[in-house]
Amino acid sequence: MFEVRIHGRGGQGVVTGAEMLSVAAFLEGRHAQAFPSFGSERTGAPVVAFCRIAEKEIRLREPIAAPDCLIVQDPTLFKVVDVFAGLKPNGYLIVNTNKSFADLHIAEIASRLPKGHAVIVPATEIAQRLVGRPVPNAALLGAFAALTELVHLDSVAHAIEEAFPGKVGAANIAAAREAHANVTQQEIDAGVAHDHAAVL
Amino acid sequence: MLKQIEGSRAMAEAIALCRPEVICAYPITPQTHIVEGVGELVRDGHLKNCEYINVESEFAALSVAIGASAAGARAYTATSSQGLLFMAEAVYNASGLGLPIVMTLGNRAIGAPINIWNDHSDAMSMRDAGWLQLFAETNQEAVDLHIQAFRLAEELSMPVMVCVDGFILTHAVERIDIPDQADVDAYLPPYEPVQSLDPKDPASIGAMVGPEAFTEVKFLAHYKQTHALKLIPEYARSFRDRFGRESGGLLRGYRADDAEMLVVAMGSICGTIKDVIDEMREEGFKIGLVTLVSYRPFPLAALRDALARASDVVVVEKSFAVGMGGQLADNVDGALRNLPVRPRLHSAVAGLGGRPIPRGSLHRLFRQALVQPWEGVHFLDLNERVIGREIHRTGKNRRSGPTAENILKQLAGGRPAEQGRPG
Repeated sequence: MFEVRIHGRGGQGVVTGAEMLSVAAFLEGRHAQAFPSFGSERTGAPVVAFCRIAEKEIRLREPIAAPDCLIVQDPTLFKVVDVFAGLKPNGYLIVNTNKSFADLHIAEIASRLPKGHAVIVPATEIAQRLVGRPVPNAALLGAFAALTELVHLDSVAHAIEEAFPGKVGAANIAAAREAHANVTQQEIDAGVAHDHAAVL
Repeated sequence: MLKQIEGSRAMAEAIALCRPEVICAYPITPQTHIVEGVGELVRDGHLKNCEYINVESEFAALSVAIGASAAGARAYTATSSQGLLFMAEAVYNASGLGLPIVMTLGNRAIGAPINIWNDHSDAMSMRDAGWLQLFAETNQEAVDLHIQAFRLAEELSMPVMVCVDGFILTHAVERIDIPDQADVDAYLPPYEPVQSLDPKDPASIGAMVGPEAFTEVKFLAHYKQTHALKLIPEYARSFRDRFGRESGGLLRGYRADDAEMLVVAMGSICGTIKDVIDEMREEGFKIGLVTLVSYRPFPLAALRDALARASDVVVVEKSFAVGMGGQLADNVDGALRNLPVRPRLHSAVAGLGGRPIPRGSLHRLFRQALVQPWEGVHFLDLNERVIGREIHRTGKNRRSGPTAENILKQLAGGRPAEQGRPG
């Protein structure tokens, strides 16, 4: 089983992101369970959503305390929430930012993960440009597909299309493809392409 | 058809497949997505011959459903928590009049303190109201139980409440098999009322009954629920024959055959418990689970048979009667009452107001029942430090102020605000 925890703020599509990821996994024949953190969600308030992916039926109903992958949609959360709580030592980290890990004061945490497991991706910037709104969730799923290779980019695209048919979906798919390419290039530049894939 | 969808949406599709003729809805978290979903299915024409009635309150929702059902329509509504309390008088009327309404209860805690999260205190508040109460373990079962519920309700002419854990099931997106309309139509015959109001053939429903007949009317309601103990397994079997999967029934065991310790629970927590049981079995513990699907009628005999050979029974439930203890544990105790040699019974309350129930806590609970059994009821993961400080504080000062606010202040690291003094 592979467990993903997505941190963001109300209005950034955190819950929808987890749901689309579960759909992408489902399209590949996997079992997947997406669920929100069950709060009274308000725009701007910290929000958490979860996604489990497995080869067999998922019975577990507890929140994800020890994620295999963290997706951080808003880097201002580092000061507010213990985002890294429970992240597995061999886990993955995706941060939506146009800054560096050092600028965000999390370089040490990122360096503790295996090489090629922590990436930054300017998902809000990409979404602003391609979707016209600061909604980073779809782009981050493209980054997830590139980083973990757990789901194909095409499955992510299908899942986005299912959630947002028409022009909005197409723009979000373009954002996911760009983020995917961005992370793939980072992995090539770092000389770690394809030796970091996750397993269920 | 297999879909990756939200539990609420799946339930809405299942309810639409049952062809209700009247749906009365008033929104309340966490049930709202279900009635929104059926509303969409009515509007877009998927569900035909159905009147969707927006009402002004939960009391109206069930009252309108009662009227519709009495007029011979297949009626459906849904609610949660305080919504169920607000319709309480109508809840008793629906069962007292023998009207086969199906209602989804998106299980949520009852306030005060106000809390929107999951537990079973709403279902328990109406456990003696004469409705059948079925608890879904998974979203698949939630879908399947609704289909069985309409058949059961209409055969008995009694209302059925399908209890689904709020948020944990209603808001989870997962793989769910939505049945075909043809299969549902074959499984669920058209509603044939045993009574209905018709201007062409005037009759009244709801007579005032005095001491001369009240006991007999009530006994017959009990008789119907006793009869349901036979129908529920029968309908689960015919469901399996048609749809090819196990759903519903009175109860079911998991690794229970050779278990020395048996856990009894209802609803979605059974999934997590199964994972814990697998982990403990690896370590050599002979532990299993009995998932109770039917809480009303309560399957005394089936439960007694299921538990008789265990040496320890641990009841894990998401509700309790203040001043008494766990309601489910109390009922399980009733099932064990007349056994010549009975297992030890351990009662635990967990998951109140949405507190997560992690595997680690369940591991410790089940081990503790063996090596250090407790008296009365055990509250899983109770913050004893906070309790101790609050009891100490309230003992010192008569005007100690409101409990909930002071506990929250304590957790936030602040000082409690005693009334009459600045905080």
